[in-house]
Amino acid sequence: MADVLFYVFAAMAVGGAAGVVLQRNPVGSLLFMVGTLAAVAGIFVLLEAHFLAAIQVMVYAGAIMVLFLFVIMLLNLGHDYQADMKRGFGAFLAFAATGLLAGLLARQVGGAGESPIYQYFPGPEGMDRILAEQGVIGAVAQPLFTEYVVAFELVGILLLVALVGAVALARGRG
Amino acid sequence: MLAESLVLGAILFVLGTFGVLVRRNAIIVFLCIELQLNAVNLTFVALSRHLGIEGQLFVFFVMTVAAAEAAVGLAIIISLFRHFRSVSVENFNLLKW
Repeated sequence: MADVLFYVFAAMAVGGAAGVVLQRNPVGSLLFMVGTLAAVAGIFVLLEAHFLAAIQVMVYAGAIMVLFLFVIMLLNLGHDYQADMKRGFGAFLAFAATGLLAGLLARQVGGAGESPIYQYFPGPEGMDRILAEQGVIGAVAQPLFTEYVVAFELVGILLLVALVGAVALARGRG
Repeated sequence: MLAESLVLGAILFVLGTFGVLVRRNAIIVFLCIELQLNAVNLTFVALSRHLGIEGQLFVFFVMTVAAAEAAVGLAIIISLFRHFRSVSVENFNLLKW
């Protein structure tokens, strides 16, 4: 069952990603992206990362995509149907670079799961035990607020700086 | 499910890279960068299933940075649109040789 669901979500994610790249209308691209994000959230659930799946749907598919949509509407790009793919040498270069990247990634993924390093880590059974003991949120929150609390605070400062920077940039001189 | 998830992450990342390289609309380029970040998040979560909870924490931080980046990047796109009356990346060639 989980395997079938995984392949359904994977097909949705890849189809959505292809739609993002190939769709001419920016709003269409954005809607494909929302589909991809929802499918990836489904895969997060299958991988037992329930908290991140919820965050993905709320923050990514909710807030960030709506921000993109606001900007498209603000700049009035919604009925922009002309093809904007690069052509000629640039497209060839993009194909070559992407093919190279795909080859490199395929080589890396080939040996995944067999490396001897895995015996030092909890593995799926160990992770299931941790999740059962501490709960789905607790397992994430416990290290977040103890071991990684400095990074957590710094991320808060980063968000504040981004907020001030975005207002200063978008407001213009007037 | 580890190997399949890693393959899916790789496919999404490659599609995102292709979009970044081939599209001209700056907003779509930005969207494709978000797609790449999401592919990396998927890889982190898949590995965190085997290697411990830290992978999920890192995804949390990546999402926060992505939100900050989206806010600042879209503000930059708005201010570029004010200047050029378009969001095509062909216009932004001041640093091009």
